[in-house]
Amino acid sequence: MSIRGAAFIAGIYEHPGRDLPNHTIWDIHAEVAIGALADAGLSMSDVDALFCDGTAGFGVLTLCDHLGLRPRYVDSTETGGSSYLAHVGHAAAAIAAGKCSVALVTLAGKPRTGTPPVKWAPGPEAGFEGVWGTASAAHSYALAAQRHMYEFGTTSAQLAEIKVAASIHAQYNPHAFLQNVVTVDEVLESPMIADPLHRLDCCVVTDGGGALVVVSPEVAKKLGKTNAKILGHGEAVKHTSNGRIDLTYTGAVMSGPRAFEEARVSVADVDYASIYDSFTITVLQTIEDLGFCEKGKGGEFVMDGGLVAPFGKLPFNTDGGGLSNNHPSNRGGITKVIEAVRQLRGEAHPAVQVPDVQIALAHGTGGSLGSRHGSVTLLLGQEDA
Amino acid sequence: MTSLPSPAPMVTTTTEAFWKATSEGRFILQRCDACDLVVWFPRKHCPECWTENLATFDASGEGTVYSYTVIRKVANEYKQATPFVVAYVELAEGPRIMTNIVGCDVDEVRVGMPVAIEFHDTGEGNALYRFHPVNG
Repeated sequence: MSIRGAAFIAGIYEHPGRDLPNHTIWDIHAEVAIGALADAGLSMSDVDALFCDGTAGFGVLTLCDHLGLRPRYVDSTETGGSSYLAHVGHAAAAIAAGKCSVALVTLAGKPRTGTPPVKWAPGPEAGFEGVWGTASAAHSYALAAQRHMYEFGTTSAQLAEIKVAASIHAQYNPHAFLQNVVTVDEVLESPMIADPLHRLDCCVVTDGGGALVVVSPEVAKKLGKTNAKILGHGEAVKHTSNGRIDLTYTGAVMSGPRAFEEARVSVADVDYASIYDSFTITVLQTIEDLGFCEKGKGGEFVMDGGLVAPFGKLPFNTDGGGLSNNHPSNRGGITKVIEAVRQLRGEAHPAVQVPDVQIALAHGTGGSLGSRHGSVTLLLGQEDA
Repeated sequence: MTSLPSPAPMVTTTTEAFWKATSEGRFILQRCDACDLVVWFPRKHCPECWTENLATFDASGEGTVYSYTVIRKVANEYKQATPFVVAYVELAEGPRIMTNIVGCDVDEVRVGMPVAIEFHDTGEGNALYRFHPVNG
């Protein structure tokens, strides 16, 4: 059994706010839910499944109560920033199994203006990883970047090209947190946060959120509009492998082939890609691991505008991505799906709209490349794909 | 060079023996009797073959730097100690473990550099294991 064609993404909504001092995260969840349902041409009463991450109060219980939902299917899969891509895959599987027909996926967070960080019970690794002075994801991702540089000769200037491409796209997005176009030199001259990552190798910190509506083919047909067909989904957890961590690759090595196989398309078929960009190194390793270039050649691939829309080798993150546009709740997964759907619909900004997108890829990375993370790859296509 | 703080680690019933050994200047590892795997971090079950017979032994305390970063700014108890180095050291016995590199300028650290262990008392009945360069 496969989810290929079993479900469609019919509604998307990205909260326009990046600084939301007067919203609670519950307000944001409600706004994005209503927004995505309106985009789909549906209403809250049509929703029969809810997907959210593990950071929202008591997960689906809190959110069903707050939104007034009475779903027959719920899922709080928590794989950090990649959760929402997993939710899409899980929603499609639930729809295929007849468990639901209109699934709502929401994300909301306020890392700029006030939500305290989520406190989970410490994992068994805490005593062995929590005492060395690391305090942010940048410190951990830097370890991956350093090793990649050592093994493959990747340079800081190559990583900077990724931020430059994101910034070129962000200038056209009126909601982007950072709308200024930057140069490689500006990235390299920005303060070093954790060698070899500079400040401009890091994503933005924004309030906000987003939502998706995943529907059955029967519901999609009734909506009478262009919907993004879900072609394939793959997920994987990459961890420290009992002290044998290899910092040069990501879980995309596993999730990518799973998604491509289910979708029955190849890397060469992908017209547009949303690649999780918590840091520039996240993009570089993911591009290699998904097979857009040979392992270790990501640095060469991103040079000379390789990622710049509409005509680069692999137009990516045309909303400006996490690096320039939005990383709501310190989680970029939902915006990756949203921009991929915009590209399929032809609704991206004209300056960055890739012509005739047939196949779009969205990839999420949640957790840390420096320790353990969840990777999720989604392949989406036109209705006749 | 400022010295690093030595915050006490989280100790559990599973990791008590490991941390007690550090107070005696010993770094112990577990080896699985069934599959011979050297386990990191300490567990009750082998994470490869899931049997429970794990024997402990004293590690050599030698390794090489697998990767590292220099943290330039931080808001935790290491704030006054910046810049400092966080690294993965690959132990001679196999596991790659997170730690700090000390005993040299932060700009002298390199991937592949041979290092040896030293212990820093936390004042709470155990010690943090860190590594310094050795001439190799």
